[in-house]
Amino acid sequence: MIRFLLNRLLLIIPTFIGITIVAFAFVRVLPGDPILMIAGERSVSPERYQALLAQFGYDRPIWVQYWDYLSGIFQGDFGTSISTKRPVIRDFLTLFPATVELAFCATIFAVVLGIPAGIIAAVKRGTWFDQTLMGTALVGYSMPIFWLGLLLIIFFSGYLGWTPVSGRIDLLYFFPAVTGFMTIDSLLSGQDGAFVSALRHLILPTITLGTIPLAVIARQTRSAMLEVLGDDYVRTARAKGLSPGQVIGVHALRNALIPVVTTIGLQVGVMMAGAILTETIFSWPGIGKWMIDAISRRDYPVVQAGLLLIALIVMAVNLIVDVLYGLINPRIRHN
Amino acid sequence: MSNPVTVADPNAAPKISPLIQLREFWFYFSVNRGAVIGLVVFILLVLTAIFAHWIAPHSPIQQYRDALLVPPAWLEGGRPEFLLGTDAVGRDILSRLIHGSQYSMLIGTVVVVIALVTGIAVGLLAGYAGGWVDTLLMRIMDLILAFPSLLLALVLVAILGPGLINMMIAIALVLQPHFVRLTRSAVLGEMGKDYVTSARVAGAGHLRLMFKTILPNCLAPLIVQATLSFSSAILDAAALGFLGLGAQPPTPEWGTMLAEARQFILRAWWVVTLPGLAILITVLAINLVGDGLRDALDPKLKRS
Repeated sequence: MIRFLLNRLLLIIPTFIGITIVAFAFVRVLPGDPILMIAGERSVSPERYQALLAQFGYDRPIWVQYWDYLSGIFQGDFGTSISTKRPVIRDFLTLFPATVELAFCATIFAVVLGIPAGIIAAVKRGTWFDQTLMGTALVGYSMPIFWLGLLLIIFFSGYLGWTPVSGRIDLLYFFPAVTGFMTIDSLLSGQDGAFVSALRHLILPTITLGTIPLAVIARQTRSAMLEVLGDDYVRTARAKGLSPGQVIGVHALRNALIPVVTTIGLQVGVMMAGAILTETIFSWPGIGKWMIDAISRRDYPVVQAGLLLIALIVMAVNLIVDVLYGLINPRIRHN
Repeated sequence: MSNPVTVADPNAAPKISPLIQLREFWFYFSVNRGAVIGLVVFILLVLTAIFAHWIAPHSPIQQYRDALLVPPAWLEGGRPEFLLGTDAVGRDILSRLIHGSQYSMLIGTVVVVIALVTGIAVGLLAGYAGGWVDTLLMRIMDLILAFPSLLLALVLVAILGPGLINMMIAIALVLQPHFVRLTRSAVLGEMGKDYVTSARVAGAGHLRLMFKTILPNCLAPLIVQATLSFSSAILDAAALGFLGLGAQPPTPEWGTMLAEARQFILRAWWVVTLPGLAILITVLAINLVGDGLRDALDPKLKRS
């Protein structure tokens, strides 16, 4: 088991180095001179230019600069935002919980609806229920989620007036951000209605972000389940006289869920991209909106660090899923 | 689909005529009702794109100053000359949607062609050459796949500058590793087979082996992937357009139209609803065709 863990850890080292090289190269390939960008558009005297070049270390060989960048990352130095003048990592850590909260709810939404839907569709294969469900899943899979979010706002916020249009909580509530998760902080504050307000703000973004993962998980569960239901050990279980509930719930499901775990893990990357769109629509103050704002403000240190941090998070989640996959599937671990 | 006729040995098997192959393919494809519907919708969209100039009742950028935010014709206040209503500066939405289909088809085609051509070339090279060339190329592909695709496309467009062409290059780059992987694994699967060995013994050169002997037998999964990439290209392009980084106004690209319409969502639902519906229908039709193609071309793969 330890060998398996070490093996997986070793495998991500090249990916890690690759990601840092891409993020490092990002600033170099930008059109224009990095010094002129920092100094502003006005002209700089040649002496001042040389001084700035030395100050930022751009006069050194490229591999020394890369090494510098890499050791900075290990010390938690991801650069300084041009617009807020604060360390990028501080802004990131302030905003990150909002994205985690949203992505977590979306994952729960997708898993809780997607897995049962996939199981029922597989068991009732070929019926109208199966066909309707898989048709719906294909629509969900093809959905432009930025449009779905707008439709939800038109219907639930505009027409019915049930849910708020944007933000994380009503402005009349004010309490300290202890954990950064609005649902937990609102409970801790003990203010009446704060928690409900936080939940109401979460509903539409959750549906928007969770729709594509929901469709993918339902489709994947169905096909994994169909594959398992045709296997010999399921037939054996049936032949032993176990009830259909036991066969499906115990024997088939446990094996069918193994590939589904990987699918759920892969959705994290999809969600990070989806968060960019969802947060933009709902003015959700997370890292997706932060990235878009940084791009439009040309705050390149933020874009660079955001690209790096999001890729590292996706990498870490994939590693965890990989390890989990080995834990629940001994056939992989011993290979 | 595998057609074991090689250039090296013309007597090996009777040549199956393309017509019979096509008929066999259609037999399997037409079983899937959804796929046929998707194909019909897709053909209609292509025709719309080709004849957009003649079908559209108005110019897509003509602003009718006396008709701002007119609702669709069947609603109260609607005007018969603007069937689907007008947007905030008085442009006919139907005409913009019709012209928008040109952009979606253009984006899908260009992105898939770039991704397919480079992907096949790199994949063939990696699979055929093996050794460190293979390792290096596949590491680079893994690296591209390590980033969420929309995020990487977004940052690439931020570097290259917003616009239609840069957006297509960025999307092609993030979609291309899938083609590389498919081609490479298909090449590795075919390399050891007898017909490749016989072609090599008969003296076929490297390029001939790669492109004429091996490649035609790897096409089925690539066609399926190309179809699915066509729809993701349209979806990603619309997303980038929506974020203001794709086609720039007044281009009637559907995602860009959505971005312009955002501020009117609670006042004029039709400005927001219709472009998104166009995106959804297009992407759904292509995905239906892709599912049908996968079932028809690759019976081993997902026959459920």
